[in-house]
Amino acid sequence: MISVKNLYKTFHNAAGSVEVLKGIDCDIAKGEKVVIVGPSGSGKSTFLRCLNLLEEPTKGQIFFEGQEITAPGTDIDKVRAQMGMVFQHFNLFPHLTVKKNITLAPVKLKLMSSGEADENAMRLLKRIGLDDKAESYPNQLSGGQKQRIAIVRSLAMNPKVMLFDEPTSALDPEMVGEVLQVMKELAADGMTMAVVTHEMGFAKEVANRVLFMDEGHILEENAPEEFFSNPQHPRTRDFLSKLLK
Amino acid sequence: MNRSLAERLYDDFIYQQRYMYLVRGLGNTILITVFALLIGVLIGVLIALVRVNYQQSKHKGILLRIANLLCGIYLTVIRGTPMVVQLMIMYFVIWASGAPLLIAIVSFGLNSAAYVAEVIRSGIQSVDRGQTEAGRSLGLSSRSTMLYIILPQAFKNVAPAIFNEFIVLLKETSVAGYVGIQDLTKGGDIIRSITYDAFPPLIVVAIVYLVIVIALTQVLHVIEGRLAKSDLR
Repeated sequence: MISVKNLYKTFHNAAGSVEVLKGIDCDIAKGEKVVIVGPSGSGKSTFLRCLNLLEEPTKGQIFFEGQEITAPGTDIDKVRAQMGMVFQHFNLFPHLTVKKNITLAPVKLKLMSSGEADENAMRLLKRIGLDDKAESYPNQLSGGQKQRIAIVRSLAMNPKVMLFDEPTSALDPEMVGEVLQVMKELAADGMTMAVVTHEMGFAKEVANRVLFMDEGHILEENAPEEFFSNPQHPRTRDFLSKLLK
Repeated sequence: MNRSLAERLYDDFIYQQRYMYLVRGLGNTILITVFALLIGVLIGVLIALVRVNYQQSKHKGILLRIANLLCGIYLTVIRGTPMVVQLMIMYFVIWASGAPLLIAIVSFGLNSAAYVAEVIRSGIQSVDRGQTEAGRSLGLSSRSTMLYIILPQAFKNVAPAIFNEFIVLLKETSVAGYVGIQDLTKGGDIIRSITYDAFPPLIVVAIVYLVIVIALTQVLHVIEGRLAKSDLR
């Protein structure tokens, strides 16, 4: 479904330039759940954000369902409409009610009438048990509720793949579980997922494949059982041992 | 010169219905202020969009470069010259055939736009980058994202500043008399020139401005309070 070939990304700022991705190759098949782990600054978030071109790659190619989205002239809005993304800081729209957060994109992109979108939003909210919050504003919700609604907002577009950028990192510990639960249900439904996270339990339980990134490279990728019980690369061993301490 | 205060007040305001100079003047003052602010916000938003677009886009097209340059010149000229001079140039040079009231509305509007533009620009830039990313990642175009997600939040952030511009503008319009418009200030001045009595009419004019500004400031506090309340987490 997604194919990444020789991806490079360099950031330029006042202090100079930093090469964050140094030649990433990766394929994500339909229905696959890929979890990306690694120390902070390893480039894992940047890699994920390249997949829907929130970051523009410096070099390399990305294919989505056979279409090269890094090619000039690609209608990136059409591509993004099929890729959901969930952010660390939720990024709900604070000026809109929960329901309007969910219906805005499908209605404005004319994928649904506002009646259909409302119905769809209520169905999705019911699924996560937040249908009573439909008319609330994001600021009236807890972090866990916000993130679950952010997930549902992406789902309302019926995406073919969901990208998660550290979805539980900004949450209080007691709220991590409810968000992971929604993600697990989504995985069980067969959604294709790419997840950047520090939740190793989630990786063990849900992932088909775990990628370990460090300093802009994918150093190791393996099935979760192998990855956690028998890590090959010394950097992976080092990383995992630090987590377990 | 030895008339009683009551006689002076009668001469200044009641006799021949002279208070109407102030009433009609106030009407014009409000008319100019309200419509000038509308023009100011409309053009101000456009200028802010050009400047924000220019700052944010990585590949700057030639049209965007030209538009940004023109906006930059506009802001510099408008903010670098006195309002009265702009008004007089508009009235005597650029648009000598226009109706005075219309000329005043346009002049104050164009002037206000320069200040409103910077306010709105800061409002747009105060909205978190994550909001744009969320909008774009849902497949919305940059235009839709700006329109439905960024601008509503930007306006909310700068509502007090825009309202403050309204208060400033109300007082600024007092120079409209320079081009023969009978606003509130000119109304008081006309009474003075008829009765040769300066104190009561000018004091009344000052009081009217003060009362309106105090009232508007109260409204501003209410707006700020409401906005702060909706930000509570």
